[in-house]
Parts: sequence; C-alpha cells; structure tokens
Amino acid sequence: MTVRESLAAASAWRWWEFVLGGLALASCLFAGEHALLLNEIAILALFAMSLDLVLGYAGVVSLGHAAFFGFGAYTAALFAKHVMPDPLVGLVVAIAAAALLGAVSSVLILRGSDLTRLMVTLGVASVLYELANKLDGLTGGTDGLQGVVMGPLLGRFEFDLYGRTAYAYSLAVLVLALLLARRVVHSPFGVSLKALRDNRLRATSIGLSVHARLAAVYTLAAALAGAAGALLAQTSGFASLDVLDFHRSADVLLVLVIGGTGYLYGGIFGAIAFKLLHDLVSAWTPQYWTFWLGLFLVVLMLVGRDRLVRPWTWHRRRA
Amino acid sequence: MSPPGHPKGEYRSAQHEGTPVSVVLETRGLVKRFGGLAATHDVSLAIETGARHALIGPNGAGKTTLINLLTGVLAPSAGTISLDGQDITRLAPHQRVRRGLVRTFQINQLWGELTPLQSLALTVSAQRGASARWWQPLGRDAGVADACEALLKQFRLDDVMDRKVALLAYGKRRLLEIATALACKPRVLLLDEPVAGVPEGERQEIFDTINALPADVSILLIEHDMDLVFNFARRVSVLVNGALFADGDVQAISNDPRVKAVYLGQGEAGHA
Repeated sequence: MTVRESLAAASAWRWWEFVLGGLALASCLFAGEHALLLNEIAILALFAMSLDLVLGYAGVVSLGHAAFFGFGAYTAALFAKHVMPDPLVGLVVAIAAAALLGAVSSVLILRGSDLTRLMVTLGVASVLYELANKLDGLTGGTDGLQGVVMGPLLGRFEFDLYGRTAYAYSLAVLVLALLLARRVVHSPFGVSLKALRDNRLRATSIGLSVHARLAAVYTLAAALAGAAGALLAQTSGFASLDVLDFHRSADVLLVLVIGGTGYLYGGIFGAIAFKLLHDLVSAWTPQYWTFWLGLFLVVLMLVGRDRLVRPWTWHRRRA
Repeated sequence: MSPPGHPKGEYRSAQHEGTPVSVVLETRGLVKRFGGLAATHDVSLAIETGARHALIGPNGAGKTTLINLLTGVLAPSAGTISLDGQDITRLAPHQRVRRGLVRTFQINQLWGELTPLQSLALTVSAQRGASARWWQPLGRDAGVADACEALLKQFRLDDVMDRKVALLAYGKRRLLEIATALACKPRVLLLDEPVAGVPEGERQEIFDTINALPADVSILLIEHDMDLVFNFARRVSVLVNGALFADGDVQAISNDPRVKAVYLGQGEAGHA
C-alpha cells in the first residue's frame, strides 16, 4: 500500500457502516409500536457518542456529562414554552447554550488527574442539578417544567402519541451528528486528540496546544450532549430534574463501557444493548433489573467485550 | 550575520574574536535553583547556525535541567533564552516548537496507539499549521502525504508505516523519534542521547541518520557515547555541577587535561 492509499484507507467507509445505515432507515419505516423505545435509544446513542469524543478520543473521564444533556433539555423546553415552539430553532438554541456551557466549564478539566476530573465533572453536574431544583419559578423545580407544547416539525409533521415523528427526528439528528463526528475524528484535529490522550508530552513537542484542543473537543461534546437533551425534552414535551440526575451521567458511561470507546459506534451499539436489556429484563422482573444489569457488567468486564460477542471462541484455549 | 557566500555550517572562523557570527540559539546567565541547589548556574551558551554542537558532562551535571529550560518545561530562576534574536524565555513549550526549537527525548516519547505514518502525518500537518482542521481527513493534503513519504523513506520506516508504534522494534522507534522531530522542520534540534538504550547492532543506523541530518539544521547533541560525540560534533561544551566548565572546538576539548580529569577520566578517555 502506498502512503496515499494508507492515509485514505483510515477514513474510508466500511461495509458494516452501510448495513447499519440500511437498518436505521428500515427501523424508521417499520418502527410501528416500538417507535418510542427506538426514540429513547437514538437519544441515548447520541448522548453516548458525545461522551465518546471526550472519553474515547481525548481520554478525558467524566462523571457529569448529564450537565450538558440537562442544560440542553431545559433550554429547549424553556425556549419552546416562552419563545417559540419550533423544534429545529429550539434545537439550535439548545446546542448553542450547551456548547457555551461546555466552553466555559472546559477550563476545569484541563489540569489534574483522572480522579480530579471525575470529581470536578460530577461537581458541575451536581451544581446544575441543585440550581434547577432551587430556581423552581423558572424550571418548575421537582415538579418539572410543565406545559411545553411543541410545534410541528418543519411546520408539517406533528409529534404523534406513538413517537413516529419523534423517532424520525431523533434518528435524523443522530445521523447528522454521526456524520459530523466521523469527519472530525478522522481529521488532523481528531487524530491529534488521540495523540494527546496517548502521550501529552509528545503532542506538546510537535507544537500542539493541549489545552486548546481539550477545550475544543469538550465544547463539541457538550454541544452534542445538549442536542440529545433537547431531543428528549422536545419529543417528550417535558423537562424534569431527572435530565440532570447523576444516574444519567453514570448510565451514559455504562453505555460506552458496554459498546466500547474510541470508534464512535460504541455509543450506538451500547445504547441498543442497554435499552433492550432494560426493556427485556424489566418486562420479566420489573424490580430487579439493576441486579441483572450489574451481573451483566461484571461478566462483560471479566470476560471482555471481544470474547463475549464471539461465543465460538469461548472454548478455545488462549494462545 | 554571515557574510554573503559564507558556506552553511562553516563556523570555525567564529572562534576568532570579533568575527560576526550568526547565532541561532543563545542563553545568557541562565540560572535554575531548586530550593538551595543551583542545578543550572549562570550558563551562557551560543549555538550557531548550522552548528554540530555537543553538550557533555558527568551524571548530575545538569544537562537535563538545561534541556528543560531550553524547551520551556522549566522556567529559569534568572537569565534569558533567545531564538533568532527574539526572547523566548517566557514562551510555552509548544510555542517554542512552532518557532523551530525542537527536541528528541532520551526515553522515546511516541504515540504507541498510532502508526508511524499517522504520527508523521499529524506532525507534518501541525508544522504546516493544518493540525486543527476538522473538515478533511488526515493526509488529504498532497503536501502532507509527500512529506510523509519522504520522511518514511529517509528513516527506513516505509516497511512498517502501518504498524502500531507500540509494536515496533526499539531501533525503529528510536528512528521514528528523530523523524518526528525532523518533521517539525526545526531550526534548532536538541538530540537528547539519541542512542541511549539502542542495541550495539542498531547503533550504526542511528549514527548514519544523525550524520545525514540537513546541514542548515543547527544541532545540539546531549550524549554520553564518546564515539558519537567526537565523530559528530565540531564544537563541544562541558557542563560540570550546573556550570559551563569548558567550551571549544572538538580538538581542543578532547585534549584539554581538565576535561579529561573531570569527565573523560571516568573510563571514557580511551575513545578520545
């Protein structure tokens, strides 16, 4: 392979990406009664993908990614309630707001160890949670933000009870975000993120500003997380403290752990596995779903993802 | 400045007082104290354009501290550093790299998860100011691909360009370390013990590579291996206890009895 071919191969489309695209399109056409669940999966996948940009590529751990999700959700809901009900305008506003929050809070994650970052991000999310709780005149506090009525998408498609419009909308945003993120991670900028995760000293030694890059990717991830939050608020017509809750930050991390980090699709596969597992186990034993999730995680971690998805290798001796 | 027609890399005339020379990197009265200990003590060093300059000194002489001061990892307690006549004492490490002050590391600092090709493509992109581009794939720029191809060939890394760096043989990684530094298009290159840890059989390849570096790149070599120092350098500075102990051309230094006593006397004199 020549240098040019090898450089081009890195960003070439793989066959399974087309399969995935086909499945997404089919799921949109034949969603039927599952549209609501699929909508949740698409939103969670977008949220997880945004975390993958900071965790899987730049190597920044976060236990407070819900801060941006929740901020986007509240912004979209408030915008729809007080300014205008158009979902697309609301989405753009929410993305901008979350990106701004990401840019401002990125200064907090530039220094320190992984543990420092875990605590700082957790702290930021907790602060926002309490703010939303306290400012009940604006956010509705523990009751949540009631009375959010969304306008029709593109002025034509009303959000229906079955969630078909909602799913098409969320899926479209997810696909656009994926195309953007895919472009980013294969670019010099994206590769430089891997480089500074891999060896910061070397990254600095070729003249890269580590801080500027971390701030940039954190802002981008915040924007996408904000988009996910906005989708949730808009498609459910509701925003509550739950969008900022700690369990959201933890869940999204779990989703990435299940799906794998650093290849962009981990968030999508993880979100599908997580939600289906949740749906199936809850239907069977509603109270004890966490038990089975916990057991699944332990097995996943000990056996390893690569082996778990290849059952035919289980009985082979290790070389 | 050099007079017109002055051959590049020829600076011996600079030894004579009053001859104008082109100094690319200069320190004046550089001091670094760690508490009460002066790890660098009043070092004034001038690296001339195209220099093949070696910095030697026994263990603990302050060579590493001096490198860290030059590259901006440490801030000096006193003194100034200038590159091309501009004060860079307060610049961050990555800003110094962008101005052409580049180093290699005694212990390889590479991206183990990337391939040599990706590493070089990123470095070349950074050198061309295109590393922040997010809208086109890495190496789409024809200039970047060409530069990578040339570097891979020059450092004989073309056969392993798509392997993960972490899986490469040590000698290859050492070459990549130097190739990465060269991809930054340095004005001044600091080579920190380039053959450290390299097995005997692979050393010659590194020697050859270093000897073949472009003549217009000024090089400061920090090295323990006296074969390399006396084969490569035209000028040698000796650092002892953080201070400049001797400074002169390679012949003078290798014959200096004081230098032999403090440094070469330690089992290395045979090579001189």
